Amino acid sequence: MVNYQTILVLSGKGGVGKSTVSSLLALSLVKMGKKVGLLDVDLCGPSIARIFGLEQHSVMNGPNGWIPVYADDEQRLGVMSLAFLTKRDDPVVWRGPKKTSIINQFVHNIAWGDIDFLIVDTPPGTSDEHITAVEAFKDFNLDGAILVTTPQNVSIDDVQKEASFCRALDLEILGVIENMSGYVCPTCSDCSFVFGRGGGERMASESNIPYIGHLPIDPKLTASMDGTNIMKDFETDSIKPILSFIQRYSKQ
Amino acid sequence: MQPIPEDKQEHCPGTESDQAGKQSACEGCPNQQICASGEANLPDPDLGNIKERLKDVKHKILVLSGKGGVGKSTFTSQLALALSDTEQEEEEIDVGLLDIDICGPSIPRIMGLHGSRVHNSSMGWEPVYVDQLAVMSIGFLLDDPADAIIWRGPKKNGIIKQFLKDVNWGELDYLVVDTPPGTSDEHISIVQYLKESSITGAVIVTTPQEISLLDVRKEINFCKKVNIPIIGVVENMSIFVCPNCKAESVIFPPTTGGAVKMCEDMDIPFLGSLPLDPRIARSCDTGKPFIVEYPDTPAAIAYRSVVDKVKQFCEDTTK
Repeated sequence: MVNYQTILVLSGKGGVGKSTVSSLLALSLVKMGKKVGLLDVDLCGPSIARIFGLEQHSVMNGPNGWIPVYADDEQRLGVMSLAFLTKRDDPVVWRGPKKTSIINQFVHNIAWGDIDFLIVDTPPGTSDEHITAVEAFKDFNLDGAILVTTPQNVSIDDVQKEASFCRALDLEILGVIENMSGYVCPTCSDCSFVFGRGGGERMASESNIPYIGHLPIDPKLTASMDGTNIMKDFETDSIKPILSFIQRYSKQ
Repeated sequence: MQPIPEDKQEHCPGTESDQAGKQSACEGCPNQQICASGEANLPDPDLGNIKERLKDVKHKILVLSGKGGVGKSTFTSQLALALSDTEQEEEEIDVGLLDIDICGPSIPRIMGLHGSRVHNSSMGWEPVYVDQLAVMSIGFLLDDPADAIIWRGPKKNGIIKQFLKDVNWGELDYLVVDTPPGTSDEHISIVQYLKESSITGAVIVTTPQEISLLDVRKEINFCKKVNIPIIGVVENMSIFVCPNCKAESVIFPPTTGGAVKMCEDMDIPFLGSLPLDPRIARSCDTGKPFIVEYPDTPAAIAYRSVVDKVKQFCEDTTK
């Protein structure tokens, strides 16, 4: 048993912003004074290391397990990812059993220290990584999952499957976040719904899942996630629509 | 070969490993003897069945990315539609579209076939047809489209094999294959299963930002590792044109030079950029083909330019 609470960030769909939401969630909790671990179990396409500008780092094994890479000098945010164990351009061409093995190590063998929360970023889908992560984390104060979607039906289709996955594995769904919900033209301030609108809220209502909120497309945020360590640039303004959920969750 | 049992040992090295059956983790596993004897690594007899089934398919094109959400399925569907467009051609062109994204199959929705089912004939499973385009996806095998496919690798591999050997594809000029993101079971399997039938090439889709290119470089190296010819890279969502004021803006900044720089560095052809158009998402959601509904838009023109290059690559391989 551990002392920290764990959330999985899931989607059925790729490219909807799971890693972005995982990172923002982690950063918000740190800003609220918590100590946070951020674990990336996307083995083929690990994005978290890049978002925090940590790709050049490698991990070391200590007496209590692998030592996470810290995104800040005060060690409030520890990160673990396969990116720290592989070369940047080398593909990880593994079938399920090998992926399962490494994820089990990530769950059991990391020296997180005295963190309050563990946020787990996942790849898209409902396969080996997800089954393994849920099974492994069941003993670890697993609070549940946040589902991330974009507004359009092709995303909703997959996220509904993810919701079915959660129900099948008895994993509580804490809520749905709709990402990339609208883009404000910097020239004329007209808001375009590039990927449609309202799909996430509709899906949450139809499936009886809490709706957390929606985040717009924010090129400034996108650029800050592209390798300079977002920790320096992060402002809670960028996650205003979902801040009250995070505040409520952090008090549990 | 017996598939990896559902109750396989923890730390199973995998049936294809040279340590298969020989590690301490293998003790007690029902597969242990087969793995240790090397029987698990004998040639798969189904490869011949797949070759036979696909013998009248002239070109097989994979659409890959390392990254999710870059527009693989959108691009694959428009590619298939454009390839089957016979307005400018004298002869009919037959195209198949195979969706091997088992967990998140998007093709049925995009092609306006959401809710369609396959049926079995004496020739095998019949694809679902949209005009002349033959489509197959696991989406057509689900009772409820919201049902999750919670399968580990071996079961996913099994259905992909069936899609190749049991579907009545018939004679096709092109079979275009949509894939999920990553470099895992589905990708390893499609390459293995098509080993004897040959793959014409792969189109790799990316968006401009480094967080995408990170994964796409891995995918390119995967293709090189398994000897798949690379037709080229398409950069999707490159710019956004405001429908109100027509100003161009960049939503996904190419902080490290985008796909053009990556293609230069890796010596891979760059096929073109596709702009973001809100009508594309709408078309995908309503199942109406974007390049047919809006043929004169900058995005449709860009799609057709990329498709022409893909066609040229295929024609050059048959010379």
